[in-house]
Amino acid sequence: MTLVQDDTTTLPDLSPEEIRRYSRHLIMPEVGTLGQQKLKAARVLMVGTGGLGSPLGMYLAAAGVGTLGLVEFDEVDESNLHRQLLYGLADVGRPKIEAAMERLNIVNPYVTLIPHQVRLDSSNALDIVKDYDIVVDGTDNFPTRYLVNDACVLTGKPNVYGSIFRFEGQVSVFWAEKGPCYRCLFPEPPPPGLVPSCAEGGVLGVLPGIIGSLQANEVIKLIIGKGEPMIGRLALFDALRMKFRELKLRRNPDCPVCGENPTQIELIDYEQFCGIPIEEPAGADDIDITVTEVKEMLDRGDQITILDVRNPEEIEICRIDGSIVIPVADLQDRIGELDPRDFIVAHCHHGPRSTRAVHLLQEFGFSKVKNMKGGIDSWSLEVDPDVLRY
Amino acid sequence: MAISIHAPTPLQRFIGDAGEVEVDGTTVGEALSSLVERHTALKPHLYSDDGKLRSFVNLFLNDEDVRHLQQDATPVSEGDTLSIIPSIAGGAP
Repeated sequence: MTLVQDDTTTLPDLSPEEIRRYSRHLIMPEVGTLGQQKLKAARVLMVGTGGLGSPLGMYLAAAGVGTLGLVEFDEVDESNLHRQLLYGLADVGRPKIEAAMERLNIVNPYVTLIPHQVRLDSSNALDIVKDYDIVVDGTDNFPTRYLVNDACVLTGKPNVYGSIFRFEGQVSVFWAEKGPCYRCLFPEPPPPGLVPSCAEGGVLGVLPGIIGSLQANEVIKLIIGKGEPMIGRLALFDALRMKFRELKLRRNPDCPVCGENPTQIELIDYEQFCGIPIEEPAGADDIDITVTEVKEMLDRGDQITILDVRNPEEIEICRIDGSIVIPVADLQDRIGELDPRDFIVAHCHHGPRSTRAVHLLQEFGFSKVKNMKGGIDSWSLEVDPDVLRY
Repeated sequence: MAISIHAPTPLQRFIGDAGEVEVDGTTVGEALSSLVERHTALKPHLYSDDGKLRSFVNLFLNDEDVRHLQQDATPVSEGDTLSIIPSIAGGAP
């Protein structure tokens, strides 16, 4: 099966402007006029226009992929700018999709851009995916990755996968019609909290540039039908050691989605599948305490222990005076440093890690322990602007 | 039989901040056991409380997924590399 037909009579012609623009492609035998026409005919859906989507979108637009669909619901944050080259300082606060469309249109006005300003979910994924030839996974969370995979398997589309963490990246092409899918490699997601995200663990700004570019390369190869696509192979990149490794991937005959007797023939609830608790209604969770409540307690002279569970690198940027620092990963080993009789307020950067810390402390019999809602970021915004934000 | 175990970034802090460690064993299971005996803090990340390898831990002997070999019982040879391949998703908090 070819993604884009070889029949020159049905492929779109290239205009004189396009011939000039794509001349360095056209003179390569592997691309040529036919390959460039296929690129023009191709429809590629990018899920996410962040770190991976930035180089991906710019290279695919520059290369003349005729129709690019963009799925994105987020807004540009200042902390995106060290890696998301689609955006500049003036874009902070704007919807990413709006800024991305503008930028990509400057890169190549001959490309048709289709915005999908939604959070991809089980209710809309199949409908969006069905109109494209290739889907590129540039997402940042497990539920959406399983969703993208399953939607691609169910609609028969190739899924060009890329993922990053700190200095490590992964690239593959999952295409159930020709090889394994994402679930054949990762049947189950790790439980929430066990694998740190880039928001907690950080990511080298250049890394998504490299991995997103490799995804763009795979997309172009699939469209022009040349070379060896990464079907059945997983590339691992270690930026720190500057090493690439390659692993063989095989189809899992028992895969619930692409296996011989699939048990899952429609999209499911991926938040639930990934073990992410459904948000409790306001007031139901009594572990939270607001930054203003904490400030009031401190001002009153109440005896409270502020437990900062962030990493040393984050402590170096800012901290609340008088806090005890124990990174959440070390908490169990160092639990003896805390007194279960104390009133403890745990905090991290935004809240997820300190929520885990509170649950862990409760398991160990700590009863007077609270999570400072919104973390040190809220503290900086609402209590003490001298605490630096990051 | 000495083989090297390759650990991904999130787990490296449990094995002395090393990306690769040498262990002894004649099977994949033995090699992993000697790894977690030496680095006990790593154990809960690989094994559940009932001693079973966690289902989301992906192991590759050289470039093959051990699920397609003989799982824990897969024999290893001198100089092999056993890699723990992490599920990584990206940036969302």
